[in-house]
Amino acid sequence: MLTLTQEQIGTICKHAETEYPSECCGAMLGRFDNGICTVCEVLPISNQREEAAKYHRFLITSQEFLQCEKQARKQNLEVVGFYHSHPDHPAKPSQYDLEHSLPVYSYLIVSVQQGKSDKMTSWILQNDRSQFNEEEIK
Amino acid sequence: MITIQLPTALRTFTDGQADLQFEALTVEAALCQLTEQFADLQRHLFDDNGKLRSFVNVYLNDEDVRSFDGVNTSLKDGDVLMLIPAIAGGRETPRT
Repeated sequence: MLTLTQEQIGTICKHAETEYPSECCGAMLGRFDNGICTVCEVLPISNQREEAAKYHRFLITSQEFLQCEKQARKQNLEVVGFYHSHPDHPAKPSQYDLEHSLPVYSYLIVSVQQGKSDKMTSWILQNDRSQFNEEEIK
Repeated sequence: MITIQLPTALRTFTDGQADLQFEALTVEAALCQLTEQFADLQRHLFDDNGKLRSFVNVYLNDEDVRSFDGVNTSLKDGDVLMLIPAIAGGRETPRT
């Protein structure tokens, strides 16, 4: 289960709408505890894919990731997951998402329909990399 | 002795350990020792051809080893390696 505050959900939705029709992306810092992942901080990150691909792709570079890891360690938190948007597309992970994901992390997807945030889902990659499993958002 | 620091996602496969220490003279030797000790890491770090996955990056003291000599980069006592993924994704079908 992934827990976020209404304010954090609002931050993600606003980011998704601001970047529409491009995909937005960001990291979530927090804590894992007994199967519950609690988000303490949402970090919007600039999508580093080339402009022409941003409508269906996002990239958080290793340098950005490194900064997130350092910030998390400094705050005694962990990088617990990442979010991105699917403009005018369902909030379901793609094959491309699956091939570029790691287990444990929560991959939160927000669908943006005609510029307005819509359904939000969260997914965790199975350890054998075969598929994503949806998790509850609370 | 060198240290390998792992991101959260990979600690599941090292019994929760974030920092691991090895005696290794090159980056490649250090990664080999890591995956020999924790075999389940292999599929997440390397593809079917044994190549480091494209989205997995190795940093030596905050510098990407690609800016040195890649996995052949020499290590010295006290060096810190970090395994840092790039995070990528996106929706299924291109816009028509």
